[in-house]
Amino acid sequence: MDKTYNNKAWLLVIPVFLLVAISAIIPIMTVVNYSVQDTFGNNQFFWAGTEWFEDVLNSERFWDALGRNVLFSFIILSIEIPLGIAIALAMPKKGPWVPVCLVLMALPLLIPWNVVGTIWQIFGRADIGLLGHTLDSIGINYNYTANVFDAWVTIIVMDVWHWTSLVVLLCYAGLVSIPEAYYQAARIDGASRWSVFRFIQLPKMRGVLIIAFLLRFMDSFMIYTEPFVLTGGGPGNSTTFMSIDLVKQAIGQFDLGPAAAMSLIYQLIVLLVCYVFFTVMSNVGAEKPEQGVED
Amino acid sequence: MELSWMAWTGPTALFWLGIISCLVGMCVWEYFSPGGNPRLGILRFETTRGDRLFISLLGSAFIHLAWLGLVGPSLWWAMGISLIYAVIVFRTV
Repeated sequence: MDKTYNNKAWLLVIPVFLLVAISAIIPIMTVVNYSVQDTFGNNQFFWAGTEWFEDVLNSERFWDALGRNVLFSFIILSIEIPLGIAIALAMPKKGPWVPVCLVLMALPLLIPWNVVGTIWQIFGRADIGLLGHTLDSIGINYNYTANVFDAWVTIIVMDVWHWTSLVVLLCYAGLVSIPEAYYQAARIDGASRWSVFRFIQLPKMRGVLIIAFLLRFMDSFMIYTEPFVLTGGGPGNSTTFMSIDLVKQAIGQFDLGPAAAMSLIYQLIVLLVCYVFFTVMSNVGAEKPEQGVED
Repeated sequence: MELSWMAWTGPTALFWLGIISCLVGMCVWEYFSPGGNPRLGILRFETTRGDRLFISLLGSAFIHLAWLGLVGPSLWWAMGISLIYAVIVFRTV
């Protein structure tokens, strides 16, 4: 049957296009314009060419912050994705406990970022916080404001606590959509628990795992509020991620040109990683189409 | 409309015109040859014309950044390499 084309549908896209133009395209255009100029305020700009890009690319500060971002995202994904899958697999698929589990899982997601930072800031304090006081009383010298390792562990545990639920809920949605017939067939074939996971559940969760991975990568790579509230980027610069450094440059130092250049490089890295991952995940196990005609 | 806050310059306007021209060109191409010409290239995954343009633009951005960071501010060579890279992407990916 021939597909019907209705070009009037394009009219329905106009509101979305306008929204994206105002919220994304115009700001990006402005950032590109700022990245090649210098300003001292009052809408006065001076041409700087590619100077800011060179400065950013040759600055140790940028590469250090990028390294911290990559390390943080790697640790976060290594923990949250497997943990999210494991919790989703352990959750009941039917019965009265389903809504209880779902609500419990959704609770951390409802808490705003700055509140999460404040909760953990207090939680980790040795004088009034439950975690800090408990660790202190059993002889562990825990101090996230002075010790780099403690600061990193606290930020990682805080992020895992806040965002693993998202992975769990996405994986759970993928799991409950698998028809019972698949499991019946596996039982008839005598498949082991691992085989059911490897050949039924994991392939069926591929779509939601792509979304979970991309969301968690982008969010962890752009993390700002929680570490800013918890450690302020310290001790020293040990938890100064690119977003924190960017805000320090743009708002703290009012270096809008270098900040714009840095944010464009930052965006390109996010785009590249997301595209590579999306392409790889979308094509693993997908059916290959026929070879097309060359352009 | 007051647009001084956007800090437009001639070179950045040219840059955006280039990007918009690419998109308009792709629309015209799609109009005359619909379907996006999906195919399996050397990367062994299906790409359409739009994918190839995206890979070309993203790769070109990194070529320019690498040139700026490793060589210097003169970007003509980087632009030349990017054009060759884009041709290779459109022919082989």
